[in-house]
Amino acid sequence: MAQHDQDMAEALCEQVRQADMDKTPLKIVGGDTKAFYGRPVQGHPLSIREHRGISHYDPVELIVSVRTGTPVTELEAALDAEGQMLAFEPPHFGNAATVGGMIATGLSGPRRPWAGSVRDFVLGSRVITHDGKHLRFGGEVIKNVAGYDLSRLMAGAQGTLGVLTEVSLKVLPKPTAVHSLSLAIPLTSALERLADWGRQPLPITAATYHDGSLHLRLEGGANSVAAARERLGGDTLDNTFWTDLREHRLAFFSSADDRPLWRLSLPNNTPALELENGDDTAVIYDWGGAQRWLRTRLATDTLRNAASSAGGHATCYTPGDCDPFMPLAPTVAKYHRHLKATLDPNGIFNPGRLYAEV
Amino acid sequence: MNILYDERLDGELPANDKQQVLTRLQEAVQGLTLLHREEDLRPFECDGLSAYRVLPMLVALPDTLDQVERLMRTCHDMGVPVVTRGAGTGLSGGALPLEQGVLLVMSRFKQILEIDPEARIARVQPGVRNLAISEAAAPYGLYYAPDPSSQIACSIGGNVAENAGGVHCLKYGLTVHNILKIEVITIEGERMTLGSDALDSPGFDLLALFTGSEGMLGIVTEVTVKLLPNPENAKVLMASFDDVEKAGKAVGDIIAAGIIPGGLEMMDKLAIQAAEDFVHAGYPVEAEAILLCELDGVEADVDDDCDTVRRILETAGAIDISLARDDAERARFWAGRKNAFPAVGRMSPDYYCMDGTIPRRELPRVLNGIAALSKESGLPVANVFHAGDGNMHPLVLFDANQPGELELAEEVGGKILELCVEAGGSITGEHGVGREKINQMCTQFQPDEITVFHAVKAAFDERRLLNPGKNIPTLQRCAEFGAMHVHNNELPHPDLPRF
Ligand SMILES: Cc1cc2nc3c(=O)[nH]c(=O)nc-3n(C[C@H](O)[C@H](O)[C@H](O)COP(=O)(O)OP(=O)(O)OC[C@H]3O[C@@H](n4cnc5c(N)ncnc54)[C@H](O)[C@@H]3O)c2cc1C
Repeated sequence: MAQHDQDMAEALCEQVRQADMDKTPLKIVGGDTKAFYGRPVQGHPLSIREHRGISHYDPVELIVSVRTGTPVTELEAALDAEGQMLAFEPPHFGNAATVGGMIATGLSGPRRPWAGSVRDFVLGSRVITHDGKHLRFGGEVIKNVAGYDLSRLMAGAQGTLGVLTEVSLKVLPKPTAVHSLSLAIPLTSALERLADWGRQPLPITAATYHDGSLHLRLEGGANSVAAARERLGGDTLDNTFWTDLREHRLAFFSSADDRPLWRLSLPNNTPALELENGDDTAVIYDWGGAQRWLRTRLATDTLRNAASSAGGHATCYTPGDCDPFMPLAPTVAKYHRHLKATLDPNGIFNPGRLYAEV
Repeated sequence: MNILYDERLDGELPANDKQQVLTRLQEAVQGLTLLHREEDLRPFECDGLSAYRVLPMLVALPDTLDQVERLMRTCHDMGVPVVTRGAGTGLSGGALPLEQGVLLVMSRFKQILEIDPEARIARVQPGVRNLAISEAAAPYGLYYAPDPSSQIACSIGGNVAENAGGVHCLKYGLTVHNILKIEVITIEGERMTLGSDALDSPGFDLLALFTGSEGMLGIVTEVTVKLLPNPENAKVLMASFDDVEKAGKAVGDIIAAGIIPGGLEMMDKLAIQAAEDFVHAGYPVEAEAILLCELDGVEADVDDDCDTVRRILETAGAIDISLARDDAERARFWAGRKNAFPAVGRMSPDYYCMDGTIPRRELPRVLNGIAALSKESGLPVANVFHAGDGNMHPLVLFDANQPGELELAEEVGGKILELCVEAGGSITGEHGVGREKINQMCTQFQPDEITVFHAVKAAFDERRLLNPGKNIPTLQRCAEFGAMHVHNNELPHPDLPRF
């Protein structure tokens, strides 16, 4: 047991019960590293940070259960010691990042298109409901279809449906070999090659076009990585590039650039969009083209319309500039409201963080 | 406790006059095929859980989404329950009809709408068979990963509704990991899109919530699935053991070595013998257990992994290890496993297939428990096991023509599931709760958790018209089940005399 491990669930339940009775909104806070990702919440702070520790880790079962106040770095260190990892490569955006924030925001790193997203690895959860009950959904087994999948619903719901106190995650062994490389090729041929390679069993686990080069990461068995490396050639790239990209530490993301930062999530074979060529717009193509970071002053509607006509959506990463998340289709929005009303009838959990009405 | 819909325990159902509903639907939905005569309804009275049969009031076989939409609107207006059916291969009675309800059969929606090899996706209608997707993708070197043993027959709509798995899901995931987008029609007849062609969508992950929701939240009318490139190379090792426990331990050792096999399956003696008898897969019929371990990827890695796994199997005490020499032999090794259910079906007039999951480390204990239950009841149990992910399929053999044997088989099955829950597992890994495990849900979940499930249901279907009675038990049912249980086990004070 690590030094700070403690179970604060009882006290958290009590706070929630009180808030529900008084109908006072709660602002659920972990490490407060991702406040920018969402709309501002007015509410009494409910801190999860003290509720921490790995409650169960069994490397042979490929499963870890961890309290949500645990720092992501602490969890990753424990997995690393057993040669395992969180395959979805969550961004931390600060040392204080907690497991709860990682799940609630549902953000994944460069490996996402090949390995899956946060929710893909969520197996179970413990949740405090609006009336202060501490419940368990899913569990510590890889397959489980009993009841509705509340745990995956909670991933990415930004704390608007309940307080996550513990999650069980599937973990994976770290690859035995890693090699990163850069190819100085034009964007169009990079996107074409990626589409082509996508139909072949190549060990690519990250692909990003940035600054005139296609950056690739190869991971897997020693033989396949060596063979792919030989085939693809290019210049060796330091593996830290992927961490810098994931953590938005590349110069591209610098706050010195006063253009808003946008994220476009698009179908994986979307060609370069016309608006990406604008003079005052800079782009990083991540996830093999399926996730694009834009520095741009283009209007919100322009970006959203372009993203949605391409089959995706656009999220604003610069707080205050506009609502972060793209509005939902009316019927989908209606069922968001219904779910919020049945699971959080008094509207106490992070009200408005995702959308004004939830 | 009987699992057929019981209004006293499962909630009152609206009573509608059959003729009236028929007339209204005929008027409201142009060109809709509606079956209403008993002989036409008969083929739809059960799904893969054939011990339970109910004639639906009506069967609707729409050809267009417009018809589905109108049908839903009309049923909603009239307060008529709707049960959706795909291919009807479900093993938990999820598509079991209701006497007072319309059975909506999606099997005419059979079109593969689009295969996009560049985007590596397929867009298909819900009635398309699972295997048909991989067949259509094969010319591009692509395939759809989840491969339930029923893949020649089951529909993708049913797969989404059950979050179906297969022998390759430890490495490649379940249905939920392999779909991007679904189109849905709600009980009120509204259309909505969940997920998107991109890798994520704004808002709640309703795609994940709908996956595995057993037709309780909406009708799946279209599915966009991800396609994967065929692995360059796949090899299968078959190891035999003189002891089930050793085989179980070998499974953990393989994973502890950092290897994630494409498939890792285990069968016990009875299952081996049944399969060998049926498909002549070349299985060692004297062995107590076999493990099938498929390693796939780039050839050079596969060779390395094969060596490592072989060493692990030897150390774990395998008495024989053979490597499939070619694709034909590999297919034969798998054929035995994939046909294990029908193979066992040939040995016994009836069998009852369970679907519990457990943490792998609990395997020896649970297998011993199952053996004890088998001995006590006199019913043989064959074990087929997705060993890599802890999903067991004990098959309880019985003869429904012997009075009381079905009830006995169900009792043994129920106890096996309780054993799984006790071991920290779940009552269902991939077949779903349906009606079959409705009572065992009360073992796995507390009343408060069940209340939350009902809240989720209410958000999408307040009047409980979609597949009522499936998946989530009422609290009344759980109370009664709990009381009966306490009685049977003579808890909480078994040592005290009772009068
Ligand atoms: C021999 C055999 C082997 C099997 N092996 C496996 C296996 O390896 N892995 C596995 O996961 N399963 C397995 N199954 C179980 C079964 O094949 C799966 O559950 C399958 O997904 C059911 O698909 P279906 O089309 O037959 O659905 P059905 O049985 O028709 O329906 C199943 C459920 O889905 C709902 N449903 C169906 N279509 C829709 C729709 N369009 N919209 C909304 N809800 C819908 C129904 O209401 C019902 O609740 C096996 C079954 C058999 C008979």
